[in-house]
Amino acid sequence: MEALWLSTKLATCVAAILLVIGTPVAYWLAYSNWRGKFLLESLVALPLVLPPTVLGFYALVAMGPRGPLGKLWFALFGHGLAFTFGGLILASVLYSFPFAVQPLINSFEGVDRKLLDASVVLGAGSLRTFWRVILPLSLPGVVTAAVLSFAHTLGEFGVVLMVGGNLAGVTRTVSIDIYDRVQSLEYGAANRMALVLLAISFAVLSVVYAVNRRVWAPWPAK
Amino acid sequence: MGAVAGEVNATVLTAQIRKERRGAGAASFVLDVSIEASPGITILFGASGAGKSTLLDCVAGLARPDEGRIASAGDVLFDSARGIYVPPQKRRMAYVFQTLALFPHLSAEENVAYGLEDFPEEERREQVEAILKAFGVEKLRKQRPGEISGGEKQRIALARSLVTEPRVLLLDEPLTGLDAELKAAIVDDLRAWNTAKRIPILYVTHSREEVDALGERVIALDNGHVVSAGAPMEVLNAPRRKRLAQAAGFENLLSATVLDLREVDGVMRIRLGESACEIEVPLGYAAAGSRVQVAVRAGDILLATERPHGLSARNVIEGRMISLEQRGTMVIARVDCGVTFVVHITPGAVRALELTAGRRVWLILKTHSCHLVD
Repeated sequence: MEALWLSTKLATCVAAILLVIGTPVAYWLAYSNWRGKFLLESLVALPLVLPPTVLGFYALVAMGPRGPLGKLWFALFGHGLAFTFGGLILASVLYSFPFAVQPLINSFEGVDRKLLDASVVLGAGSLRTFWRVILPLSLPGVVTAAVLSFAHTLGEFGVVLMVGGNLAGVTRTVSIDIYDRVQSLEYGAANRMALVLLAISFAVLSVVYAVNRRVWAPWPAK
Repeated sequence: MGAVAGEVNATVLTAQIRKERRGAGAASFVLDVSIEASPGITILFGASGAGKSTLLDCVAGLARPDEGRIASAGDVLFDSARGIYVPPQKRRMAYVFQTLALFPHLSAEENVAYGLEDFPEEERREQVEAILKAFGVEKLRKQRPGEISGGEKQRIALARSLVTEPRVLLLDEPLTGLDAELKAAIVDDLRAWNTAKRIPILYVTHSREEVDALGERVIALDNGHVVSAGAPMEVLNAPRRKRLAQAAGFENLLSATVLDLREVDGVMRIRLGESACEIEVPLGYAAAGSRVQVAVRAGDILLATERPHGLSARNVIEGRMISLEQRGTMVIARVDCGVTFVVHITPGAVRALELTAGRRVWLILKTHSCHLVD
């Protein structure tokens, strides 16, 4: 149960952080006319294709005592970043980034441009246009982004193992816990935990589909 | 800055705009116009693709011209030479789009209040209430655009734009799809509103009917250029460009060869197409032997079943009726004179003259009903 609580806490933090930093990134990707935009798009999509171990490996190196992030963290807080809950959040944010940003981009792009023109001509700047027009009309996308990054973080394994290790109460998430129990042949306990994860994931995805009422494509054909 | 003639009248909108659009694949398009709009309705008329909407976008600030100057009520909104570009949210323009662009998640009332965010609550409510009343849609205040009918949506879009006390109103075919009666009612409300405010209204349309109904002043655009400007009758009855002629409802658009010029009479003779058919048209900028286009309205052609005598009309052409097709209260006749003419006649005339396909007929064209097109 401790692992489940930890996973939920992690997924909630990650989803919240991703909404905050994913929104400006998605806004920029949806509306910028910069020719080099494809580069950032590729970067954002990278976690979709990379094996979690690769991402986890680089995250671990960066967070290690000699890595740039690790050094910075140590200077700020007096302890390392790797194998901590904070490190886990950071790695998970990277790993789930496309799952938050992509639905946001899709929904921002789906807002009729004429509505934005209308808003601007009526005297609203881009910030007010965003709050009053784009965001309310993109709510299904925001819900999808939150729910998918939550669910994706809840089920991650490779990155957590690489960056967090397996410390009970600190970094031992549900998926690691299940792996542990299988290793030690506790199939019954593993099964119970796996069922809980399955149920949560199903419930969460149902929310996404109910909100959108249509099949959501993680990476729409363009 | 120096006193520029156009700025003496404080409410005049002036715009000199040059904007190039390099379309992928399609030929590049250049908008190059200089217009002036005084208080009242100025119609921007032209076929689709003539640059009307681009012009409005530039005036509103949604598009940035490559070169030029836009000024309204004495304020410079854009000046490429001096590096001035006032962003759209600071221009105090009102723009009603063809799609209306009402915010679907806001009620009619909230839509109208959108541009008044800087006003205190109380004042905002009063103004919204007043304008909803002025446009006869106060009963719909709590409804969302999805629940409102076409004509009423148009009224709410107008109210939303006008409540902000704009200095210019830009209308991009806002009344398309409405029946004539509803259109006239909305235009009346708009006119009533503008008698008090006296701002320039730029009204984009490609519909000739709307020009006739609204007309105070027309600016005709074709392919990014102003081809003519003035009162509706002058502009539309003398089309100088082929596409404008088509848009203005000239059913007969024929290519012809200039035979000879008669400067004293102010006319020239042309031969239509490859036929033997020769007619007299007003003198134009053309040399003998050159190719021209001539436009004639189907309703400007008379039809006779005997060769007429003693007419002032100079052009009498013999031909044969190809077909008669009834369209509502009008019959469209096609007549072969070597080239095919379309002639509009009434069903009564068809009966009285006992017109049938194959019958020999004569077409009568007044010289000044034949318009030369560039």
